[in-house]
Amino acid sequence: MDRVFYWYMLHYAMISVQNISKKYDEKEVLKGITLEIPKSKTVSLIGPSGCGKSTLLRIIMGLIPRDSGTVLIDGKELKDSNKLELRRRMGYVVQKGGLFPHLTAKENISLVTHYLEWEKAKINSRIEELLRLVRIDPVLLSKKPGNISGGQAQRISLMRALMLDPDIILLDEPLGSIDPLVRHELQSDLKEIFKTLNKTVLLVTHDLGEAAYLGDEIVLMREGEVAQQGAIHQILQNPASEFVQKFVSAQRSPLEGIK
Amino acid sequence: MKKIISTAIFSLFFLIDVKGQEPIKIGSKLFTESVILGEVSSQLLEANGINTEYYKQLGGTRILWNALLEAEIDVYPEYTGTIIQEILQEEGIRTIETLNEMLKPFGVQATQPLGFNNTYALGMNSEVAEGLGLDSISDLVNHPELVFGFSNEFIDRNDGWKRLRQMYNLTPNSVTGLDHDLAYRGLEAQIIDVIDLYSTDAEIDYYGLKVLKDDLNFFPEYNAVFLYRTDLFERSPKVIPILKSLEGLISEAEMVAMNAAVKLDGNSDAIVAAEFLNKSFNVSSEVIEETIWDRLLKNTWGHLYLVGISLGLAIIIAIPLGIAASKLQKIESMIIGFVGILQTIPSLALLVFMIPLLGIGSVPAMAALFLYSLLPIVRNTHAGIKNIPEPMMESAYALGLPNSVILKKIELPIAFPTILAGIKTSAVINVGTATLGALIGAGGYGQPILTGIRLDSTALILEGAIPAAILALLVQGFFDLVEKRLTS
Repeated sequence: MDRVFYWYMLHYAMISVQNISKKYDEKEVLKGITLEIPKSKTVSLIGPSGCGKSTLLRIIMGLIPRDSGTVLIDGKELKDSNKLELRRRMGYVVQKGGLFPHLTAKENISLVTHYLEWEKAKINSRIEELLRLVRIDPVLLSKKPGNISGGQAQRISLMRALMLDPDIILLDEPLGSIDPLVRHELQSDLKEIFKTLNKTVLLVTHDLGEAAYLGDEIVLMREGEVAQQGAIHQILQNPASEFVQKFVSAQRSPLEGIK
Repeated sequence: MKKIISTAIFSLFFLIDVKGQEPIKIGSKLFTESVILGEVSSQLLEANGINTEYYKQLGGTRILWNALLEAEIDVYPEYTGTIIQEILQEEGIRTIETLNEMLKPFGVQATQPLGFNNTYALGMNSEVAEGLGLDSISDLVNHPELVFGFSNEFIDRNDGWKRLRQMYNLTPNSVTGLDHDLAYRGLEAQIIDVIDLYSTDAEIDYYGLKVLKDDLNFFPEYNAVFLYRTDLFERSPKVIPILKSLEGLISEAEMVAMNAAVKLDGNSDAIVAAEFLNKSFNVSSEVIEETIWDRLLKNTWGHLYLVGISLGLAIIIAIPLGIAASKLQKIESMIIGFVGILQTIPSLALLVFMIPLLGIGSVPAMAALFLYSLLPIVRNTHAGIKNIPEPMMESAYALGLPNSVILKKIELPIAFPTILAGIKTSAVINVGTATLGALIGAGGYGQPILTGIRLDSTALILEGAIPAAILALLVQGFFDLVEKRLTS
């Protein structure tokens, strides 16, 4: 019995996606996809452009309707009636432009806690805590997004996503439009933050290096279906199909340039 | 001022039935003689203890006749020829008794003639006429090169240019429509050669004009009368005998003299009317001559009143409409299309459309201005919300906030500069368009402009035009300032 419980705890799916289909006009973006994201794991969702990875993320968040299938968040089925409540258990970071331009960084971060009528002291101590976690200069808090650099803006976005201490963090190419140097630094910081928080993280990226570096597990998607799910070494060693083989070997090393 | 306030109160409570104490409403057309006659009747009634309200220089025959039918006015001066040809679409000459038989179904009656015939005629600069040897309208047939400049109403009327040209077989190369009071200027400047005249116009003598003989007897008689609603017999029986006491009292020479006193000597309509009444009835009616500052204050109030209420209502209605259009795909194109169509209606036409619905005065003018102000605000609200980038909206929804909070805290604040720009556009257009309100008796800066055109007085026109322009600039400046505050 103990062993079963232990197994269950290890493999408990925080996010469970069952038979999700989605059409845009006539184009089938998701074809009955089924996927489980284990609790406290960081999973990278990767695949070629248009494979449906961002769409899947939005469906998990309830931002766009699905044509069929079920989404379970911590065992609860995502419905219109509990959509808002479940969203507050998930933090969401988009590629860029997710901060509201008319609000300062601090107002952006505390918008939802103000709505939930947190006390000021509680809001401030939570912000303090997060400032240390995401390593941000407090001076930035009083600035508006227009005056904040891309890398710092993503740290602020992450703070906003973490404000309610959600169980799940969803990131849609969070570093997609960041300069390489800053990006490298942010990748290291993100890895550490995920480790510290020990939350369930689902990260969409198109960069296999980033996916492997940040993710405990990788889900490789192709044309609305899962091509392979597993740790990076499993995928590299035992590619499930020719497509997976091609995809993992399509990454170019800078060394190729000097041959 | 008093009138503005009473109009204001009246329009705020226009749904409340105040029958019995309602003033007798008098209208007049947009030319001096009509304005003087309206003034005469109004002052005579007032002198007999009857409360009146005078809507002067409202517009052409159609506007006045419709206003009378809709009981927006009770009395206005009209001419027998116009009643027969233009209103009843008949021909020939009728006695007043026959006319009244025909007017009965409309609930309208006419007084006996006031004593003068103000017929249409065609006039020319006498030197030009002499030079070409022109004496009658028939002589014009051989001179198609002459430029004809007619009042717009004359061009359109059944008893005007349409039939005149058929009867005399005239084929001039150039016919333009212009305001009657401006026609004399055009004639003097020799920009136009032939104009329509009213035979009692003071300018005929003043400019020494040649009146061409109506040798085919085209123009009927235009005896001045008052038209009044028959329900006055019940509502205020004293009124009709008083109006009738003016019958046969105003000779052609007297009318020409009164027109000259106003148009050429620059006396006010009210004073000229008061002098006539004093002489004829020995009644002294008090005419308080307004100074330019009184008028400016009154017109500013009137204008701000029109603009303020119409724009305020437009903001209250248009922002929710814009939000609805941006949120509800089903009605999006319907809303945007509807307010777009409203905007394509010429402002003057929209004002006139309002008369059968809301009568005359400030209420219909405000309604028209309100409709006119909708589009820029609706469109900008819709665009301001729709143009918020997708990732930003996703981030908003992802926070788990309800839609109402997202609208209030995120969408509206982000769209606000765009919405404000729409309000600014509406406000500036509104200030300009409101000057047209005077055409349906709404007051404001259009009032002196209309009077100025009628009296050929540049000073009066500027008295309305300059403050209107300044107000538009102030409104623009105010919104620019607010915008600056927001973006800094």
